[in-house]
Amino acid sequence: MASFVHAVGTQTYRFDSLKEVMAKASPARSGDFLAGVAASNDGERVAAQMALADIPLTHFLTEALIPYEDDEVTRLIIDTHDKQAFAVVSHLTVGGLRDWLLSDAADESSLRALAPGLTPEMAAAVSKIMRVQDLVLVAQKIRVVTRFRGTMGLRGRLSTRLQPNHPTDEPAGIAASILDGLLYGNGDAMIGINPATDSIASICALLEMLDAIIQRYDIPTQACVLTHVTTSIEAINRGVPLDLVFQSIAGTEAANASFGINLNVLQEGYEAGLSLKRGTLGQNLMYFETGQGSALSANAHHGVDQQTCETRAYAVARHFKPFLVNTVVGFIGPEYLYNGKQIIRAGLEDHFCGKLLGVPMGCDICYTNHAEADQDDMDMLLTLLGVAGINFIMGIPGSDDIMLNYQTTSFHDALYARQTLGLKPAPEFEGWLARMGIFTQADGRVQFGDNLPPAFRHALAQLG
Amino acid sequence: MDKHTPSRDNPWLELRRLTPARIALGRTGTSLPTSAQLDFQFAHAQARDAVHLPFDHAGLREQLSARGQASLLLHSAASDRHSYLQRPDLGRRLHEDSAQHLREHAQANPGGIDLAIIVADGLSALAVHRHTLPFLDRLGEQVAAEGWSTAPVVLVEQGRVAVADEIGELLGAKMTVILIGERPGLSSPDSLGLYFTYNPKVGLTDAYRNCISNVRLEGLSYGMAAHRLLYLMREACRRQLSGVNLKDEAQIQTLESDTDAPKNGNFLLNTP
Repeated sequence: MASFVHAVGTQTYRFDSLKEVMAKASPARSGDFLAGVAASNDGERVAAQMALADIPLTHFLTEALIPYEDDEVTRLIIDTHDKQAFAVVSHLTVGGLRDWLLSDAADESSLRALAPGLTPEMAAAVSKIMRVQDLVLVAQKIRVVTRFRGTMGLRGRLSTRLQPNHPTDEPAGIAASILDGLLYGNGDAMIGINPATDSIASICALLEMLDAIIQRYDIPTQACVLTHVTTSIEAINRGVPLDLVFQSIAGTEAANASFGINLNVLQEGYEAGLSLKRGTLGQNLMYFETGQGSALSANAHHGVDQQTCETRAYAVARHFKPFLVNTVVGFIGPEYLYNGKQIIRAGLEDHFCGKLLGVPMGCDICYTNHAEADQDDMDMLLTLLGVAGINFIMGIPGSDDIMLNYQTTSFHDALYARQTLGLKPAPEFEGWLARMGIFTQADGRVQFGDNLPPAFRHALAQLG
Repeated sequence: MDKHTPSRDNPWLELRRLTPARIALGRTGTSLPTSAQLDFQFAHAQARDAVHLPFDHAGLREQLSARGQASLLLHSAASDRHSYLQRPDLGRRLHEDSAQHLREHAQANPGGIDLAIIVADGLSALAVHRHTLPFLDRLGEQVAAEGWSTAPVVLVEQGRVAVADEIGELLGAKMTVILIGERPGLSSPDSLGLYFTYNPKVGLTDAYRNCISNVRLEGLSYGMAAHRLLYLMREACRRQLSGVNLKDEAQIQTLESDTDAPKNGNFLLNTP
């Protein structure tokens, strides 16, 4: 294991491993203090960033942060590393990579070609020496386009996951939130329910219902019920219509084990989904959720900082050609990301690192009531991620998730991003919104139709 | 909505009776109307205030004493709310002075007990203030009927769930139940959680506990919560374990009736 010495000012700093340099170079956040891996003061943090900037990228291929023998995620990273793709930056240090990413040499096509040549640790390392504007600027150059029934990630587009959660999975209550969301133009990324009840019968009933709604109203979107991958496999075996296969994932084998999964189980889920051939435009069908702090909360971080653990989860994700990946950034709580400043930075890091690695990133721009954060912080992160070209965000009624008890972006928030940044929904969904007379968008401005779409007017009439 | 403003109501307002979600909020341009915006801010403010409300342990002890119930006041290793929120490990352990206090109590009252009842502020002192006494009234009757021995009610400031393990171990308790304020939701600032552990000792994970959540006026009633807890305690005594291996059949029955619910139709699919 190499040690790294950096002299700056009157002080000389010594770091005993790549893992230690990475952790101490991380911008301050509560989870790294909780784990005891953070820099002890601001000076040591910047010295670690300087030391990190001088480390050659090739060093990352020889010093694994978590040993190859101990962790299947490390083995996946090393075994799938594309040396040819790496060649273009292989002579650079971490600092040199930052300069290269910001330069004109890095454009949409060169960054796409580079993605399989970068390891998550390289991406995490360079993010640690980048400011917010760097994270936005480089991410904006990258497009990661995926397809199922709609097309995600095109330039100038922003999609939303309509999240119609209900505390008891009441179908009429879920349907009410779905209709509210559709009439506000949300739901092109997916209609995705977090079920309150995890029984197989309940999951299957929700899947049947979502499929029926999508078919009845001919909506070019995807359905997802966020249950354990093994439950989705069971639903598929029972012949239930299932579009996207969900799973929470993390960046270490031990953290994934705490979720009850490993790479083989994910592969089984992926193959089960593929066997249904339900995508009309493409077969990207895995939907993953991640978040900084998950490895630490499972006591499975191996002394690696939480942002690097998170980025390793994207190596797991990209192996299964996902439809979308969602970093649920503020859900985990203040012991990992204390306040709005930490949540905003983490959301931008995750989006940047995921995109750099070729992952179709979205973000659940969110917070809990015991974090030092509020709606203003979410507005800032939403605006920044909109500029950065994020693939999708959540959309829920009035920002209030009444099942999971946290706050995320609302149907109205997505419209704000469309108005201010001129971002349109996925093209297939844009066409559906126009046909239904819900809204059209010209020069960014959203023009709502004057009347309720007839199909929905009839449905509402049923309520009497 | 004020007719002099440019904001628009949604013509699907009637859907609100189907869900507590914030649907049909209307819009001004594409943004939230003022009233919906301020309603949200107030709900968030209430939840925030619940997180930061100090634990009125003196008031609670007075009321317990008026009911003839003794109590002990302890403090976790988290010195204040700031440290509590960032260091869950500290909230799970007793401050050394409190641990010593409890050791002395146990030495003066040797022989152990069946059940230790612990009350901790958790993330909502508001929940504890509102629900502790009425819930303990229900629980107390049932515990007396079972003939279980108890210690004074232990109050813990800045406590997390696992602090009950250390308390149970020091008291030589066969079982612990901790009443704790849950993380406030936007529409539920006062939700109380109950965590039950058989054979408590420091270092147990959550897999060894059973949780009964959402005890509040709009959620699970005191009577139902006490009923489920009693069922768990009896089963735990019989099988000498708690946690994932102890099935809560009272709960399973409700879940099974829930699973039928999604099969009902809904207005989006009922149209001919």
